[in-house]
Amino acid sequence: MYEKDGEKYFVVDSHLHFWDASPSNWIPGQEQFAKGWIECFHAYMSLAPKETHWDIEHFQCYSEQDLMADVFDTGRVDVGILQSTYLRQWYTDGFNTVERNGALAEKHPGKLIVNGRFDPRDGDAGLDQLAADVDRWKLKGVKLYTAEWRGDSRGWKLSDPAAYRYLERAQELGIKNIHVHKGPTIWPLDKDAFDVADVDHAATDFPGLNFVIEHVGLPRIEDFCFMATQEPNVYAGLSVVIGGLMHARPRFFAKVMGELLFWVGEDKMTFGSDYGIWEPKWQIEGFLDWEMPDGDEFADYPRLGTDGKKKILGLNAAKLYGIDVPAECQIADASAPAARDDATLVTGASPSA
Amino acid sequence: MTAIAIPDLRESVLRALDTVRDPELDEPVTTLGFVASCSATEGSVEVHLRLPTYFCAPNFAFLMVADAFDAVRAVAGVDHAVIVLDDHFAADAINAGVAARAGFVGTFGSEASGELDALRADFVRKAVLAGTDRVCRPLITRGVDVFGLTLGDVPPSSELDTLRARRAEVGLPAHDAAPLLIDVATGERLAEQDLSLHLARARLSRVGVEANVGICRGMLAHRYGSGDNTEET
Repeated sequence: MYEKDGEKYFVVDSHLHFWDASPSNWIPGQEQFAKGWIECFHAYMSLAPKETHWDIEHFQCYSEQDLMADVFDTGRVDVGILQSTYLRQWYTDGFNTVERNGALAEKHPGKLIVNGRFDPRDGDAGLDQLAADVDRWKLKGVKLYTAEWRGDSRGWKLSDPAAYRYLERAQELGIKNIHVHKGPTIWPLDKDAFDVADVDHAATDFPGLNFVIEHVGLPRIEDFCFMATQEPNVYAGLSVVIGGLMHARPRFFAKVMGELLFWVGEDKMTFGSDYGIWEPKWQIEGFLDWEMPDGDEFADYPRLGTDGKKKILGLNAAKLYGIDVPAECQIADASAPAARDDATLVTGASPSA
Repeated sequence: MTAIAIPDLRESVLRALDTVRDPELDEPVTTLGFVASCSATEGSVEVHLRLPTYFCAPNFAFLMVADAFDAVRAVAGVDHAVIVLDDHFAADAINAGVAARAGFVGTFGSEASGELDALRADFVRKAVLAGTDRVCRPLITRGVDVFGLTLGDVPPSSELDTLRARRAEVGLPAHDAAPLLIDVATGERLAEQDLSLHLARARLSRVGVEANVGICRGMLAHRYGSGDNTEET
């Protein structure tokens, strides 16, 4: 929890990793990809303030103690959501699997939530695995990497018939939130897996699910914004936006935030630090201090006030996940209309949400 | 033919590389810092390209290497050109494919679903939208009503030249009498009721591409310890 100018902010960090990318986890013959992947992530860390940079050895595999200290003690995050990323093609035990993340989350109930994953290319066996994962880990959300390598396949689309079977099953199993990676560092050989058109179809056909687009489709922000403005159940996940731009490119950070506020609105934006790419503390503090700059080039954009910051830092994600928020952190007048408040919120797993 | 002195040849090659753009970022590879080295020995030229990350999209990487090859081969005095992409997961395939003029499908086989012409055209259209904001914004700030203007009505500027060039590249009207504001898919004159949405999309497209350039510059600077990773002012 943070306090600034007498206002209290409940923080949900909706995008955390607990990975093992150390050389002992690299699959023989795939070392250059496993190494290239984590070095690419590490390069993103260079966009943060220098005093928060880690060396590559620490970055490859940080400990449970490191995560708990950086996120909860120093970072003062209230609830964190661990996103699972498999990449078993390169990493023997996976990059960060639901088992690895789930074991950590179980040790810290109330603080950590674990999200699972699915991949429609797993066929019927994957549907069974999804049911088992939901049962074992009480999943409310999944993280999907539509561009993940798999044999000769360089990815899949949310609009594929096979993906629809999984979305239907996920919904039956009680999953509410579909986080989709649409952003830098994973590629398709062709454009498709970066494209957000598949989300557009799925969001229309599954109005009972929330689709959180992590990294807001960067570098395709224009496609994402235009799609999101038409789909009430599409959210903007701000991981990379804050971490990658706020410090390194403050003017563009303001513009990207301005566009998101303009097209998507403060009710549908969620904070995520993307830890361990970036530590949460500097991101949260900087965001609390941040204001839309003055000047003609920013004149079109909505302003972000205290209520908007509360929503983005925690209240929006708390609703999606049914997390109880202390009354002192709520918005004073919850009935006040928010910007572009035309969204039909799909309620979270908790009946009270 | 008079032999071209080598320093001049190298200079000519670099000028040719100025015409090679990152299709996604819409900037020359030279100003982006993607040209790692360029050497010319008599008629033989070797250019090394580098990118911000090991995993930059191979489709765009392929286009840059192929475009660089074509641009360098076209320079007078170049008999033999080698373009080498360094430090990239698909570098070997791309370098060999471009050298063999194999095309994208010929290079990547079943991993590629087609050639990249449509992808390139999509991004030129995005550049047209972004360029529309660059041309219109100063006019709007001065109180000019941009709706109804033709390209010939707009005061000359480098932004206007670029906008015209991008429009021409994808077959959109670029002559003086053409409307300044068009549907970038069809080239049709924009309908007045679509004006505010169109200008908002143009602004959004510009912000998207410029933010992307910013991230790429930062990553490149981190990777190679050079270029611009300084704070903006």
